[in-house]
Amino acid sequence: MSEKVIVLENIARIYQVGEIEVQALRGISYNIERSEFLAIMGPSGSGKTTLMSILGLLDRPTSGQYLLEGEDVSVLSKDRMAAIRNKKIGFVFQNFNLLSRTTALENVELPLLYSNVSSKESKEKALAALANVGLKGWEYHRTNQLSGGQMQRVAIARALVNEPSIILADEPTGNLDSKNGAEIMDIFTRLNREQEITLVMVTHDPVIASYARRRLYLKDGQIIREEINGKADGRVLVQGG
Amino acid sequence: MVKILRILQVSFRALTRNKMRSFLTILGIIIGVAAVIAMVSVGEGARKGIQERFASMGTNLLFVSPGSRQFRGVQTGAGGYVTLKPEDAIAIEQNCDAVAAVSPSISTRSQVVFENKNWNTQIQGTGEKFPEVRKWNVSDGNYFDETHVATAAKVCVLGSLVKQNLFEDEDPIGKTIRINKIPFKVIGVLESKGEQGGFFNRDDMIAAPYTTVMRRLRGVDYISSIDVEAVAADMTDEAQSQITELMRERHRIAPGADDDFQVRNMSDVAESAAESSQIMTILLGSIAGISLIVGGIGIMNIMLVSVTERIREIGIRLAVGARERDILLQFLIEAVVLSVGGGLIGIVIGIGVSRLMKYVPTFESITSVVTPGSILLAFLFSASVGIFFGYYPARKASRLDPIEALRYE
Repeated sequence: MSEKVIVLENIARIYQVGEIEVQALRGISYNIERSEFLAIMGPSGSGKTTLMSILGLLDRPTSGQYLLEGEDVSVLSKDRMAAIRNKKIGFVFQNFNLLSRTTALENVELPLLYSNVSSKESKEKALAALANVGLKGWEYHRTNQLSGGQMQRVAIARALVNEPSIILADEPTGNLDSKNGAEIMDIFTRLNREQEITLVMVTHDPVIASYARRRLYLKDGQIIREEINGKADGRVLVQGG
Repeated sequence: MVKILRILQVSFRALTRNKMRSFLTILGIIIGVAAVIAMVSVGEGARKGIQERFASMGTNLLFVSPGSRQFRGVQTGAGGYVTLKPEDAIAIEQNCDAVAAVSPSISTRSQVVFENKNWNTQIQGTGEKFPEVRKWNVSDGNYFDETHVATAAKVCVLGSLVKQNLFEDEDPIGKTIRINKIPFKVIGVLESKGEQGGFFNRDDMIAAPYTTVMRRLRGVDYISSIDVEAVAADMTDEAQSQITELMRERHRIAPGADDDFQVRNMSDVAESAAESSQIMTILLGSIAGISLIVGGIGIMNIMLVSVTERIREIGIRLAVGARERDILLQFLIEAVVLSVGGGLIGIVIGIGVSRLMKYVPTFESITSVVTPGSILLAFLFSASVGIFFGYYPARKASRLDPIEALRYE
């Protein structure tokens, strides 16, 4: 079970803001294995969102190497990046980012619109994904008729629908109350355990982070600490470096 | 292909979400296309009418008119100098064997009065053979004869519209009307030629002996043109060269010098008249075309607003794997759907307007002709307006940075 989905080698990201160079990431090296559940934590400005953007191929590192399932994805064209986002990455955002005034089903079908799937197959996959997150019966509700928790579940279904290698969640419970937040985390835990989906989640909430098996702490663009939660899978682990 | 159909579906949905806005956006295109089709069909109708009118005048008709002439080294413009005399007309009739008949022509405009009614119309001075040359006979009474012409008699023949205006249902034959205060006896009424697709009515005229018009109304000794009838339609070229030869001799034009007159046959005249109405059609069409461009700018404006409003949506689409060209295509399709939709509605309205045109008094004589060409032109033009004005907003949308687009509030 030590297949590495993501290998990061000395990833750095420098933003040019006018005359000033901002170093958002300063040499991140880290491996993420298949069916891992990882939480990335850190204060604002620590570079966790930048790291998520690079992991999600929305952004390219200034230097360093990023291997996704063995393929070097740090130097790809925009179109190639879009294709990989489409096939291998699912996003879940804090503010859900669903299309307004469209149905749950249409939102879940969105990634399939850009991946040469027939209408029939697309609908079948989307219905299955919605059932997977417990939204059977809500397929034809418009997103503005759904509660926050339901909207986030639609977003998770959308992330799942193309069977990605990894799901990236950016503060997935940030806009939810604790009850709905716990429900979302239960779904994530179940997907991770039962369907062995690899999850990477950015959060600053320690309670939410405690659902993850590993926790990575960032500060000033560097990894400062890693915790492995023994309780999550019933084993006692020693903290690794 | 499946993808394009699905993107098309997405575009349709986006447009129907803002029905009012979409409608107002395409209104510009609707008006533009409808205007192009209506204007071109009216122009086309006018052209057809002019052609028909000339065809009805006979094909063995020729016109001799004054040309340019050099006077002490100064060249006058065509028609700018009076070079035709009544004697020229007589000589042509007597000496050219390809000529069947001639009718000198000179006209003036004048107020005509009968009792308490009056009317302003064209007084057409002609020879006695006018009915034969122009294939235009009297419906009532007689045309004037050689003696009337020789004596510059104060007689006239009314066009049917003038008869209607001055006499209504009364019989005008034998009555006296005053043209420019001079009394004229009405001896006949011309048959109605009707208004055939022109901008003037040929029945709105009074015919009188050309000698009378020259001497009594205009006080001149020249005529403005000569209508010539060739003996047969295939003899018009022969008649033309005979006339040219005779006239050069009569006007003492040295070999190699330019003619001071012009001889044109009917098809030349018909062609130039059709040409000028063609120019008018193009003019009308291009003015209407400008409104199409204005409509296109409207589309661009709304598409730019739409892109700004939907930055988040674009970010979401990019995040789930849409490529730049997918976004470009989506917005371009939206613009083209707007413009083509407007174009189709505009075509329907344009055809309707051109059908209704005959109920507008000014245009009642014009049978508007909607040609497939003008429909195709309007359609293609509106589609290209959509592509042209939709491209910039669509490109703007596709170039958005996904991270910033997702954060956009």
